[in-house]
Amino acid sequence: MQHLLWLIPTLPLAGFLILALGRYLSRTTVALVGVGSVSLSALITIIIGVNFISNPPPSGAYSQFLWTWFNASGFAPKISLYLDSLSLVFVFVITFVSALIHLYSSEFMIEDKSYARFFAYMNLFVFSMLILVLAEDLLLMYLGWEGVGLCSFLLIGFWYEKQENGLAAQKAFIITRIGDTAMAIGLFILFYQFQTLHIPALLQGASNKWQIGAPIACTVALLLLAGGIGKSAQLPLQTWLPDAMAGPSPVSALIHAATMVTAGVYLIARMHVIFERSPFTQHLVAVIGAVTLLLAGCSALAQFDIKRVLAYSTISQIGYMFLALGVGAWSAAIFHFMIHAFFKALLFLAAGAVIETQHHEHNMFKMGGLKDKMPLIFWTFLAGAMSLAALPLVSAGFYSKDQILWYAWSAEKGTAWLWLAALIGALITAAYTTRMIILTFFGESKTPLGHLPGMRITIPLVILAVLSITAGFIELPHNFGQVTIFSDLVQKTLPETRMQAGVESEFAFQLIAAIIGLSGIYLTWWTYAKNPGIIDKLKSQALPSTLHRLWFSGWFFDTIYNALFVKPFKTITSINKNDFIDQIYTALVQFTNTLNRILSLSQSGSLRWYIMGIIMGSIIILTLNILL
Amino acid sequence: MAGGLLAWLSGKWEPYLPRTIALISILIVFGLGLTIWISHASLSFYDNDGWIIDFKRIWIPDFGISFHLAMDGLSLIMVILTLFLGVLSILCSWDEIQERQGFYYFNLLWILAGIVGVFLATDLFLFYFFWEVMLIPMYLLIGIWGSENRIYASYKFFIFTQASGLLMLLAILGLYFINGRNTGHYSFDYFDLLNAEIAPTDAKWLMLGFLIAFVVKLPVFPFHTWLPDAHSEAPTAGSVVLAGLMLKTGAYGILRFVIPLFPQATAEIAWLAMLIGVIGIIYGAVLAFAQTDLKRLVAYTSVSHMGFIMLGAFSFNELALQGVLLQIITHGLSTGALFILAGSLKERLHTRDINKMGGLWADAPGIGTTGLIFAMASCGLPGLGNFIAEFMILMGAFKANIPLAVIATIGLVLSAIYSLRLMQKVFLGPKTDEHSIKDFSLREIIIMASLTIAIIWTGVYPQPIINTVNSSISKLKEYYSSAVMIEEPIVKKEIKYLPKSIDNDGK
Repeated sequence: MQHLLWLIPTLPLAGFLILALGRYLSRTTVALVGVGSVSLSALITIIIGVNFISNPPPSGAYSQFLWTWFNASGFAPKISLYLDSLSLVFVFVITFVSALIHLYSSEFMIEDKSYARFFAYMNLFVFSMLILVLAEDLLLMYLGWEGVGLCSFLLIGFWYEKQENGLAAQKAFIITRIGDTAMAIGLFILFYQFQTLHIPALLQGASNKWQIGAPIACTVALLLLAGGIGKSAQLPLQTWLPDAMAGPSPVSALIHAATMVTAGVYLIARMHVIFERSPFTQHLVAVIGAVTLLLAGCSALAQFDIKRVLAYSTISQIGYMFLALGVGAWSAAIFHFMIHAFFKALLFLAAGAVIETQHHEHNMFKMGGLKDKMPLIFWTFLAGAMSLAALPLVSAGFYSKDQILWYAWSAEKGTAWLWLAALIGALITAAYTTRMIILTFFGESKTPLGHLPGMRITIPLVILAVLSITAGFIELPHNFGQVTIFSDLVQKTLPETRMQAGVESEFAFQLIAAIIGLSGIYLTWWTYAKNPGIIDKLKSQALPSTLHRLWFSGWFFDTIYNALFVKPFKTITSINKNDFIDQIYTALVQFTNTLNRILSLSQSGSLRWYIMGIIMGSIIILTLNILL
Repeated sequence: MAGGLLAWLSGKWEPYLPRTIALISILIVFGLGLTIWISHASLSFYDNDGWIIDFKRIWIPDFGISFHLAMDGLSLIMVILTLFLGVLSILCSWDEIQERQGFYYFNLLWILAGIVGVFLATDLFLFYFFWEVMLIPMYLLIGIWGSENRIYASYKFFIFTQASGLLMLLAILGLYFINGRNTGHYSFDYFDLLNAEIAPTDAKWLMLGFLIAFVVKLPVFPFHTWLPDAHSEAPTAGSVVLAGLMLKTGAYGILRFVIPLFPQATAEIAWLAMLIGVIGIIYGAVLAFAQTDLKRLVAYTSVSHMGFIMLGAFSFNELALQGVLLQIITHGLSTGALFILAGSLKERLHTRDINKMGGLWADAPGIGTTGLIFAMASCGLPGLGNFIAEFMILMGAFKANIPLAVIATIGLVLSAIYSLRLMQKVFLGPKTDEHSIKDFSLREIIIMASLTIAIIWTGVYPQPIINTVNSSISKLKEYYSSAVMIEEPIVKKEIKYLPKSIDNDGK
């Protein structure tokens, strides 16, 4: 069955080509091609996945060679696909969630005049993302890597008539490009170290050749990390993600929550050998994750646009994944990736449905009272929110996040500080999630309802809601149940988490985490539902209002970057628009012209001047003769 | 084969005939070129030292001048590119040129003939002759069929290239006499001069003569300023030929003459050449961002991309050279496409000012899509040819000089910035003009489709091109290694002799 692997990325590509070339397809055909291609690849993925798990290849990985990209003096990257348990998880999440989102979009975007263009871009995106995770060669991965960047640009700026959307799209592309460039330099170094960019060979070579803490490993790991934080919107390259919400909601769900932004997580997990060779960088990964999850969580607390809350929460949740990667809890990170993909896609899709029925109103303060008016959306949204807030025992998010909290403390590379940051993060997460629910669904209704969504929107929501609740049960902590289906699978590729010696009981930590989460929920409920006046009172004071401004603007990163980079660049370029080198040449021409004018003055045609000239010349020559 | 070559040249020298004849004749020649390529694709290029065609007639025997054309993988690929873009440039001037058609096509074909000649000539005198053949018709093309400021631009173009061309003529003559004095056999033939023994100081001056001619043509910072003017004033076909082909004669010259004739002297200035290459990459990209004239913008991106060629050619390794070759081709395709695009927008909107454009995607999704493809190609998106070229150059350069390669890599970010700005200003954003414009016509679709296919092909499977030029590249590599091996002692000698050489030149 596994020889069908090539079909998984090819189907969306074919879908893209059909949609891009056939400009005059009917809407039904467009939907059929767009949704069908991705659904088919999801189906094939499931078949291959079942086959892979029940009947794993002896080496733990299946590789399919398609053709040699080019071969120039020893540099011969191959177009070949590589399926192991890590890429299997990613491929499964990508195709499955994408298929649901495509189904949702086929109704959500039906009114849009560029229906075919939308599905073409979406299919191209799925293709690039699949190439990214299936590539066996880093250069091919780079193709997918840049491809998702392009699709992200196209989809953020999908409604191109509005200037802001275009700017947001450019910002996303350029900021991620900065990370990509660093990554490209990393690839150069890797090539000169190992004469290849074939990933298994690289990992093999790195584990043989490099010492732990070798400077070269550190450099490479840092450069790859720069690529990862660009795509995964971590500090300090996170500023593009909140603006990326300018795209249609299904795009936010697919790209900016479920799949693309986790590319950095994938890269680090994939190149884990190199990161293990550089303890400094790996620790840095954890610290970046911890700081990001706190800063982004605080920002989420202050937003009023429902999609921006979700955007900041995405940044914060990916921060958790980075934290897990940094402490060496590889499988915990990937587990959280999967659960997060389910509930974040769900939240964005449900939020999209809410916004649509509220006549494109994004402001949560203008919503409210939707609980009874759109119960299905409410309950599914609640399921996702529970998972995000990690409600103990009943949500999938609890199991994945609890694992990260536990490893942040107990893993060999974990520290109390990291654990504390993650814990505070959990409190904040619970708080902003509750705030979002209360503002959107409870209280009085402020905006009249539009028409309610139909089947193709609700079915994906229900499926994702079920998954957000139950998907956690495939991996339970050892003190209740100890189910390890997921980590068993992933640990065929990734190393097991090494623990510190003599750690305390896990139960106490679970209890703390649960209490913290619940108290976050209660606190918010108390402030927003019970005592609605308290927020306004706080805002009128100096310190909280400054804090609010700071958080609302995303810690002024945009302002700082504008002042530091954007403005100077624009000023310099506008000053030098006419190219000062050219001015030099122009000056040369002018000088010649002036000289010409002066000299031609001497040709006046007047005999007196000529005689005068001759006499003057003779005198000068004679004087010179005498003097010398 | 010799007859084929004759037909090749005579086919182009058909003066005063309108567009159909021009198109037919160039198509015939293009067909011939392709036949040669296909028939040789299966053969090994290593036979006969890599030269697949050799055609020699005595021209002026008294001075050792012969009409000597030869073709190896390198020139074959360049000729194919020339003819391909030649066909497209005729197609894209189909409706644009309304007055004095006969003379226009005469000039266009003469330019193409000159360029093909430059790529094939292996007699230095003949090479110089073709070098001039392509220059003068181009001057006329800009001067007669250009836009408002055409006279200034054509003068500027002419003076820059002619002045540097004269330096090359001096260098050619210098080489001729030095070699003649040493061997007693006065000849302009490339193969005779290839093995000439020249004192290092003389070699240095001669090399500079050649190099300046080629870098002005390329053009490299700080000699680039003729390019934006010439491009923005030239008719569309002129811009296409200029960017796609004429700039490449500079690159070709460096690969064909500068490095093989003077390997040691080149090795000495390699770091300097790489440095100006990198400056060009960054400087061109920054300036491209600031432009408001669509054609000027694309012209500055050319400056940036030519910086990559400079960087790669002087990186002294095989990988970078392969990249340079691919860059020559892919840049020809992508920039050619962007200029054709700018031309067709100008036909529709009567302006090149991107501030007056915007929201064109709504009316013309076809133009928008091609614009997107080629803007992305020019910022090096993987899957399109330019990516492989730039990646290989950077990878090669990384081996030669890490800091310069890293700075050059930053060019990738800058190229993204200007490409996106181009897209945003022209195709996206709100509509500024309520007039609706027509999408591509069938003729334009054919042009663009062939360019798109070519750029994707080079991006996904460039192996045939790499195979074709392989033998030429490995020969070049030998020159490199010979230069690197004896570089050390020569550098020391150089310093001792330097004052003396200045004296000699003073006289």
